[in-house]
Amino acid sequence: MSVDKNKIRNFCIIAHIDHGKSTLADRLLELTNSVALRDMTAQLLDKMDLERERGITIKAHPVKLNYKALDGSEYALNLIDTPGHVDFNYEVSRSLAACEGAILIVDATQGVEAQTLANTYLALDHDLEIVPVINKIDLPSADPERVAKEVEDVIGLDCSEAPRVSAKTGENVAEVLEQIVKLIPPPVADDNLPCRALIFDSVYDSYKGVIVYVRIVEGKIKPGDTLRMMATGAEFTVVETGYMRAQDPEPCPELTAGEVGYITASIKTVSDARVGDTVTTVQNPASEPLPGYRKVNPMVFCGIYPADGADYENLRDALEKLQLNDAALSYEPETSGALGFGFRCGFLGLLHLEIIQERLEREYDLDLVTTIPSVIYKINLTDGTTIEIDNPTHYPDPSIIASCEEPFTDAHIYSPAEYVGTIMDLCQDRRGVFKNMDYITPERVDIHYELPLNEIIYDFFDSLKSRTRGYASFDYEICDYRESKLVKLDVLLNGDVVDALSFIIHSDKAYAKARKIAERLKDNIPRQMFEIPIQIGIGGKIIARETVKAMRKDVLAKCYGGDITRKKKLLEKQKEGKKRMRHFGTVEVPQEAFMAVLKLDDND
Amino acid sequence: MTMTDKKYPGLYIHVPFCPGKCPYCDFYSFIPKGDIVKEYVAETQRRLKETDLCFDSVYFGGGTPDKIGADNIKLLLGCVNFTSGAEITVECNPSDTGRENSAFDFETLRQAGVNRISMGLQSAVDSERRKLGRLSGVKEVQRAVEKIKSAGIENISLDVMLGIPDQTLETLDETLGFCVSSGASHISAYILKIEQNTPFYRMREKLNLPDDDTAGEMYLHTTGYLGAHGFKQYEISNFSKPGYESRHNLKYWRCEEYLGIGPAAHSYLNGRRFYCPADIDSYLAGAEPVDDGEGGGEEEYIMLALRLSEGLIFEKYEKRFGKKVTDEAVNYAKFLESKGLVCVSEKNISLTPRGFLVSNSVIGGILERNSP
Repeated sequence: MSVDKNKIRNFCIIAHIDHGKSTLADRLLELTNSVALRDMTAQLLDKMDLERERGITIKAHPVKLNYKALDGSEYALNLIDTPGHVDFNYEVSRSLAACEGAILIVDATQGVEAQTLANTYLALDHDLEIVPVINKIDLPSADPERVAKEVEDVIGLDCSEAPRVSAKTGENVAEVLEQIVKLIPPPVADDNLPCRALIFDSVYDSYKGVIVYVRIVEGKIKPGDTLRMMATGAEFTVVETGYMRAQDPEPCPELTAGEVGYITASIKTVSDARVGDTVTTVQNPASEPLPGYRKVNPMVFCGIYPADGADYENLRDALEKLQLNDAALSYEPETSGALGFGFRCGFLGLLHLEIIQERLEREYDLDLVTTIPSVIYKINLTDGTTIEIDNPTHYPDPSIIASCEEPFTDAHIYSPAEYVGTIMDLCQDRRGVFKNMDYITPERVDIHYELPLNEIIYDFFDSLKSRTRGYASFDYEICDYRESKLVKLDVLLNGDVVDALSFIIHSDKAYAKARKIAERLKDNIPRQMFEIPIQIGIGGKIIARETVKAMRKDVLAKCYGGDITRKKKLLEKQKEGKKRMRHFGTVEVPQEAFMAVLKLDDND
Repeated sequence: MTMTDKKYPGLYIHVPFCPGKCPYCDFYSFIPKGDIVKEYVAETQRRLKETDLCFDSVYFGGGTPDKIGADNIKLLLGCVNFTSGAEITVECNPSDTGRENSAFDFETLRQAGVNRISMGLQSAVDSERRKLGRLSGVKEVQRAVEKIKSAGIENISLDVMLGIPDQTLETLDETLGFCVSSGASHISAYILKIEQNTPFYRMREKLNLPDDDTAGEMYLHTTGYLGAHGFKQYEISNFSKPGYESRHNLKYWRCEEYLGIGPAAHSYLNGRRFYCPADIDSYLAGAEPVDDGEGGGEEEYIMLALRLSEGLIFEKYEKRFGKKVTDEAVNYAKFLESKGLVCVSEKNISLTPRGFLVSNSVIGGILERNSP
């Protein structure tokens, strides 16, 4: 029995963060009876606790909905929930490539935001039919007509038919389903062509191995077929094919062109089923992969160390497990004189870093120390060669450096016009190069800057949010490498370099930063038995210094009547305290002091 | 084992009575009422008779041992089997014993075998004494010293407090000067520590206490001053003329054995530590001491040894534990030597006065590096 391609709709939902994407998805599941009401938890598709808490989607989840439309026909609606953050732009683009249409949600109280535009342009790049939906009409401050006009003016989408809904209350959400059927075209699909299926995500399952989410573009796949991943060349025998449902997956005899579903094939790691790769079958092989695949490369790096050295093995196991599910995460062992054994980890961006860090701490119960994030710098040496470094420790001796280059981004900030001044101050302070500014509406602007990536990864988004009371949104893309006056700052405690605190910075900012670090360390390192000089240097030159004075008194004067319990207790307490300490040679630094320096931001 | 090698344990008798509670004190003591002193003496006698040990030091501590009267002390000592040269100390409160009309009889003590008196002077400045809740003036202290001497007890120890309210280096000199000229042979100088559950803790903001740096300076000043006047430091807080070190207290620090009797008294015997709970009722009811685990291990040994000026003596340590102090610990000690906190020789590791002042950290750091 072949599936009627005309009754398939493949779509995703795109929106700026917090505009109600997951809530609308929940309502669509309910309306199509995909979930029993008693099993309904908010944001059902966001399976990770983290996703629910942060209100962001990290993984792309497909779900097949059965919908009986007003025209009397039964439709298969395949909803692909996409990640919603710039760190995951590539993943978003692969999800979009699996669809024919996109629902664009715009918040009726806020209007067009940075990712509304960014995602819309991405969707248009993939020739998707866009169905605008104005959400949150239940809120008192909602102004659906103004927002509809804004969407028409800014994006050029006709909003006369756009459903005005409240995903929260469910009002008018049924209209959205009708519009999907009416406006989004069915897939153009031929079961008889050589097999080509697009992987838009994959997750690791400890029982089934990797579950590969695919959109079959041409041909078909059934259990027993031999799969070939066209980018990696790896081959696997299909164990199971099926559709993702809101709750349990539903196996099916085959997946045919135009459909969205899953494949299991005893695949051990997600890096064998990379997002964007094309799956073909050995039985009916395609000669050309689908366009658009690229291997994602980490952009941001940092060292991750267990707070307690004894946890090193646990950390390695945890990273290994996370990588099973996250091909974008890279890690390799590194050793720091200050922090001991740990890993140099690579991430797509700062959010990705934070997510991994949080998952390690939460799901694997690890106490971590992370070093200052770094980007990849290109160092041109005097002998004509160029090296790339993602770790300040590898920064070469300044005397053999001819020049340095750092990655720049093309960044757009969307904000109410009143914050233009403060945003420009921020960007200027972050060494931004102003490009232009567009008024989207009289009240809203799109500020276009070129910003160095290393200024963005360091607390930029938080600063932007606090300066604009949360109203500004932000989107960026790496554009190129540019020559830059970079230097490496070293922190010396009691004369010894603390490698984990070294970082690369623009020379104009080095002095101010060095003073801050020295002060911060002084405030956070408790007095010890002897004086501790804190020095910050560039090469051999010290540019800032502070001193932690020696503690004068730390003595239990009396051991009364042979009662040594107090003394013993004190010793126990001391030992407990030491666990939070890092030894730098003979200096003990509490973890908090470390964190205080690593978290040093603009507001300090 | 030859006779000269024989190690006798010490005996500590805790007398939990005081005429009043000093505002900085958190030791177990209270004002006795009714027949409690009688009952205490009877129960203590009973307990003393239970042991057949022979002691070479006896120490009556408190509280205020003189509160039970010289006769009772004599009675208790009568139940104790001690060596002929034993050091027998009684802590006395100069406010009671130094009053002009005080009935306290040091002569009786001497006859009973007492040969050492320890008194809490704390300060020789009357205004400071009042703040510490001392009921007497320095005059009473002087009188007590004279009475003790004329009773034929030559070995007198005075306690001094550093870092007390209103104290300055000048007033400290006054106190130290008094100690030196009083004829005392032993001086204990403790830095005041504000303990929770004391009136001082609650008043601490208003006490005009010298800050830590000043208290540290006072300590160093004291070690220098006493050293210059013939008092050799032999422990963090203890100084004596040559030969007058407290034999009893040395036992604590050298991890030698002692038996403690009386509520809140601690013992270390046969490798075990145990104590009588700080509760007079259960004491009088004959409650058994509470076990506090094994004692005298390496960590404890080092922790206590480093409180002494003689420090951690390698030979003794190796003999006792059958192994060496780790190289890592010794190297760390050498590093601390470069900072003026420690002295390391072929024979021992010992702390300097500056090292004593931060001894918690020094000892902690050495111990950390001596663990396997």
